[in-house]
Amino acid sequence: MKKVLELLKNNLVPIMFIIICAISIPISGFSTSYILNELMSRLGRNAFLILSLLIPIMAGMGLNFGMTLGAMAGEIALILVYDWQIWGIPNLILSCIISIPISVVLGWFCGKMLNLAKNREMVTSYIISYFMNGIYILVVLYLMGSVIPIKHSDLLLARGYGIRNAVNLTTSRQCLDNAISFKIGGIKIPVLTLIIIFLMCLFIVWFRKTKLGQDMRAVGQDMEVAREAGIDVEKTRIIAMIMSTVMAGFGMVIYLQNLGTIETYSSHSNVGMFAIAALLVGGASVDKASIGNVFVGVVLFHTLFIVAPTVATKITGDSMIGEYFRVFVSYAVITIALIMYEIKKRRQKSDAGRLLAEAQQNKEENK
Amino acid sequence: MQKIKSIIESYGLPRTIITCFIILMFCLAPVAQINMGALMSNVLNRFVMNAILVLAMVPMVHSGCGLNFGLPLGIEAGLLGATLSVEFGFTGVTSFVMAIVFAIPIATVFGLIYGLLLNKIKGGEMMIATYVGFSIVSLMCIMWLILPYHSPNMVWGYSGNGLRTTITLEGYYSRILSDLFKIEIGKLVIPTGAILFFALLALIIWAFLHTKTGTAMTAVGSNPTFAKAAGINIDKIRTLSVVMSTILGAIGIIVYEQAFGYIQLYTAPISMAMPAVAAILLGGASVNKATIFNVVIGTILYQGIVTVTPAVMNALIALDISDVIRNIVSNGVILYALTRKIEEGKKRR
Repeated sequence: MKKVLELLKNNLVPIMFIIICAISIPISGFSTSYILNELMSRLGRNAFLILSLLIPIMAGMGLNFGMTLGAMAGEIALILVYDWQIWGIPNLILSCIISIPISVVLGWFCGKMLNLAKNREMVTSYIISYFMNGIYILVVLYLMGSVIPIKHSDLLLARGYGIRNAVNLTTSRQCLDNAISFKIGGIKIPVLTLIIIFLMCLFIVWFRKTKLGQDMRAVGQDMEVAREAGIDVEKTRIIAMIMSTVMAGFGMVIYLQNLGTIETYSSHSNVGMFAIAALLVGGASVDKASIGNVFVGVVLFHTLFIVAPTVATKITGDSMIGEYFRVFVSYAVITIALIMYEIKKRRQKSDAGRLLAEAQQNKEENK
Repeated sequence: MQKIKSIIESYGLPRTIITCFIILMFCLAPVAQINMGALMSNVLNRFVMNAILVLAMVPMVHSGCGLNFGLPLGIEAGLLGATLSVEFGFTGVTSFVMAIVFAIPIATVFGLIYGLLLNKIKGGEMMIATYVGFSIVSLMCIMWLILPYHSPNMVWGYSGNGLRTTITLEGYYSRILSDLFKIEIGKLVIPTGAILFFALLALIIWAFLHTKTGTAMTAVGSNPTFAKAAGINIDKIRTLSVVMSTILGAIGIIVYEQAFGYIQLYTAPISMAMPAVAAILLGGASVNKATIFNVVIGTILYQGIVTVTPAVMNALIALDISDVIRNIVSNGVILYALTRKIEEGKKRR
């Protein structure tokens, strides 16, 4: 009985979501195959992005709000490749390659900053994402087309410089999803996308066992102990950030090919928030996340996303409420997860203090 | 050379850069044929709009709760007060007073709950505050749609329910403070009433910080262990500071609205915490230390840069990049403050 309670307590957020989904699916009136089809599409779209969050958590750096940096790199790469008029799979591969150097620089910057702000990584990475968003807008809205050459005017705003608010990827749209795909009972399975996600999972599993992966876990457990053991803590943390940013860049390319349009000035910030919320919904916490959390999270979080607007419209007669409700749920989930993490941390601290006091008392009694 | 370096260090790098930048912009303004009076009035107007919101940072910084990224909580309380006042049909000066009267109890309740929450998560306040702010804003988005407001000046015309995104305050308390005792010298307009109102609140906070409770608050912020030993109830003091911050946030947004002339609902409050945080940091405050002087200097510097730069840039090279500059400056300053405190800690060790 106690075990069941413990299990419930540790998985409060996923359980809450399962209940909400169980109630709202019948109300929405959607068919199972419609929901499953949507879900499969969203799984392919988001899973890679969420996977990019795992490595910084392993290195004890918390939820990487700076993953939007990688997403920006991915967007810039896609815009540039669009201008070179390369389409289809080569477009995606080239975009990934071009995003790497941008991601590395941004990830390095983020890692450097976070090393200056230990123990407050999350709020710092969060501010970095906003700061970089400003720079991104400066580059994309003002420098592209005026300083950075952009040949094709269909990319540019009417005034002659700056990228349009929405860039249509036309022929590259879903080219990865459609490369190898088949339908089972009306549900489209994007095999190639899933294979790539699977390979990524394998990579993470393998990486955890390497020397570098072990170092990261040691740093995540206790920085001081890791330093004593001869690990270069600062460098390890920077590498973790760079890896996460590069992965987020790839993830963004996969995400955008599925959607088919780049919303130049908003895609990346939404992506960051929803990826983090989904991971937390999957039962992850700030200091612990597994691949399982990623997939549980995608399924639960996006089921709610699919049904929420319709359900809200049916209950209240106003579709905007559904939109706001989705956003509210994402924020609330992150808030609750952060609060639970802090409370747990404090409890552990006081437990450790009590144990120490008891040990000392025992020692004195033995004397 | 060494001396210059130490002066810059004590003044703060971002502050040095931004002060130099503003001076440069003011020098360029006559070249770009911008009227200095109009420019100054613009800065002053924005100063009175934002100063109280920046002041709302002070109590929480003093009690060691960090920068109040949860400012939207206070703002939502203020918005509730403002909309209630309009809903009940108050006009003119009364509507302004009633907005504040309605807002204060709401802010107190919000602040109490928020304070209790922050006491449970000491050390992780800033991140959680940010998300508490986001959550309340998105929750209130739903509320604005379903709360039973009826005033025809506020609800959507065609459906008859749900509040509009912007509500004009014409006939209510639009510019009620800003135009009080207004002084006009050529194109320079000084909103005396609003400045006095801010001065009054600042004086109250300053006086409070010098009372016994106020000193206890500073003690809790600067040295919690010492404060505990001195018999101060830390949790209570922290909660009090959060309530004060929230109330100031609520009053701040009402004053902001009177200068602006509109109530902005829905997602507008979400982006209001960052400029306030950036302003107080620019004024020389750090994560755990802030004075009224920091508030005044910071707000002038911050609002100076966001009003003067775009005006000059626009006149010189016809480029409107105010949003981008605001974004980079405010987040850059916050980033600097967050990464700097640790360096200081290292030195002490």
